[in-house]
Amino acid sequence: MIKFFKERIDEKTYLLLITILMFIVMYGAGMIIFADKGFAKPQMFFNLFINNAGLIVTAVGMTMVMITGGIDISVGSVVGLTCMMLAYMMEFMKIPAGLAMAVVLVYGILFGCVQGFLVAYLKIQPFIVTLAGMFFCRGLTAVINSEMINISNAVFLKIAQFKIYFPFLATLNKKGKLITPFIYPSVIIAFVVLILIYIMLKYTKFGRAIYAVGGSEQSALLMGLNVRTTKMKTYIFNGFLASLGGILFCLNTCAGFVEQARGFEMEAIASSVIGGTLLTGGVGNVIGSLFGVLIKGTIESFITTQGTLSSWWTRIVISLLLAFFIVLQSIFASIKAKNK
Amino acid sequence: MSKFIQKITRSQLFLPIVALILVLVFNVIKTPTFFKITIMNGTLYGFIIDIINRASELVILAIGMTVVVASSAGTDISVGAVAAVSAAIICYSLGPSQEAYQVPYLVGISLGLLGGVLCGIWNGFLVAKMKIQPMVATLILYTAGRGIAQLICAGQIIHVEKTDYRLLGSFLPGVPFPTPVFVAILVVFITWAMLRYTALGMYIQAVGINSKAGRLVGINSSMIIFLTYIYCGLCSGISGSIMSSRIAACDANNIGLNYELDAILAVALGGNSLGGGKFSLAGSVIGAITIQALTTSLYAMQVTADQLPIYKAIVVVIIVAIQSSEFKKWFSNLKRKHAIKAEAAS
Repeated sequence: MIKFFKERIDEKTYLLLITILMFIVMYGAGMIIFADKGFAKPQMFFNLFINNAGLIVTAVGMTMVMITGGIDISVGSVVGLTCMMLAYMMEFMKIPAGLAMAVVLVYGILFGCVQGFLVAYLKIQPFIVTLAGMFFCRGLTAVINSEMINISNAVFLKIAQFKIYFPFLATLNKKGKLITPFIYPSVIIAFVVLILIYIMLKYTKFGRAIYAVGGSEQSALLMGLNVRTTKMKTYIFNGFLASLGGILFCLNTCAGFVEQARGFEMEAIASSVIGGTLLTGGVGNVIGSLFGVLIKGTIESFITTQGTLSSWWTRIVISLLLAFFIVLQSIFASIKAKNK
Repeated sequence: MSKFIQKITRSQLFLPIVALILVLVFNVIKTPTFFKITIMNGTLYGFIIDIINRASELVILAIGMTVVVASSAGTDISVGAVAAVSAAIICYSLGPSQEAYQVPYLVGISLGLLGGVLCGIWNGFLVAKMKIQPMVATLILYTAGRGIAQLICAGQIIHVEKTDYRLLGSFLPGVPFPTPVFVAILVVFITWAMLRYTALGMYIQAVGINSKAGRLVGINSSMIIFLTYIYCGLCSGISGSIMSSRIAACDANNIGLNYELDAILAVALGGNSLGGGKFSLAGSVIGAITIQALTTSLYAMQVTADQLPIYKAIVVVIIVAIQSSEFKKWFSNLKRKHAIKAEAAS
């Protein structure tokens, strides 16, 4: 039995298994500790997805970039900028919701193009490029408007508040009222993106090229892959996904302001790393990233349900968790190096 | 003559000095009284003094950043957050009383600096021992640091009411120059002396250029990298103490905000390669002063603090793109083609 597992489980699946197990243990513990506060109810579980739909999409994009061996720390400010652009366009310029979303997505693609060009063709360190990108977007958000704008566009709010019910999971609450758990359309979009990217990474030429480039750039080049275009395309994809994540984030908050989504990049990176993506590139899985996001969401709901801890703890705990997983990766890598 | 010009343009300090002169000339055209220095109440006032004064924190941060970049080929993006942590510790330990500090002044400052050093140890441990890319390792403190500072301050802005707390960030009685300038000069001098009169400077360059080769000739590479991160943490702590002394308070959300970009910009503008290896402290210092001059002139043009990063981000990308080997290759190819064409024509 153990031999069977040893043969099948390598370091990649090991990290993923730890993550999934960790999520189950954490959520289970939450159900026991906070049983009286509704942690065990289906709606609480769905809230994990509702609150983090944007993060799921952003983390998927981040995973793609990290598989190529790069990183993108601009996603947080792209999300912030997206919300601000949406709010400004719909409130002050009276642009219809659909067009505003299209504009935002086009901006995300263009931004990805510029970053991709700088990283892939000029060979500048991804961190420096995206750090500059991060400050650029944050500055642009402030240029557009420095006040908080609430969105009151009817179509947008309708999409944001359209409830999709799950009648078969309905439970009775304390007063005997029937409560049907629901999700918002943003969750569906997030899952569609997740599945599409999963298929793309696994079964298309481009997807395999991403892994090859991240595994070893030299070998990918010798195999005849176009390393530069692959990297460039990945950054474009990531720019698109970051702005799509921004739209989903905005559907959740329905507002735009300068400080929005600060530290979001950290959550996306942490989700990817916790989900088993190696910082050195070549290894990663979007399903793992999903569980990374869920773990982050669980920690957040712990802290909000507990009630007395300040929200700053979320960031600190996420950072510690990231540190823990990075150290774990580095230990795995050194064991592997020794075995060779 | 042409050789002389070539020697000047090839010098590492050429780019930062030209950039500084450009910014200064631009300012003189806009405000003719730019270089005027007046004396009020025994202290010097003027645009130039203000720029040098405000640049002090950045100079100190840039010094720490320079050694980190040189040794590990990566940047420490947690400097702003570490400065906030130090400021929070100092303000928390000194306390809000008007009459007396809770602990002696020097103890409070030392505790703050110790906090900075501890952050440096954490970063250094992750980078040097765990072999994690520097920017990912420091990203952890970049996000968590402000959270820690908030926890120390309990989510509030702690004011230090005792008036001599402000001395570090303003003027000492009877001295016409602002105190931060002296601190910055002291830090620069100590760093310079340390790198010049011990082999440390050479070790850092050797490790930065090729850490494996450095190890083979008997340098403890990871120890050197570890030390540079600790030093960077200390520098962040010092500048954090100056920042909090300027406002006589600790605002965990805003102290050192966006300074990481400024510090990286100062290092890059100083002609130091972000790929590690050779470095010049003088370049970083001039780079830092240039950035502060740029910031001050942008403020004068009604750009708000929130919007500032947009311009700096563009400048960073341009500088780094020019520095990149691909761009240089492309440029030299262009030059060669030009030369061949000229030859063919003659």
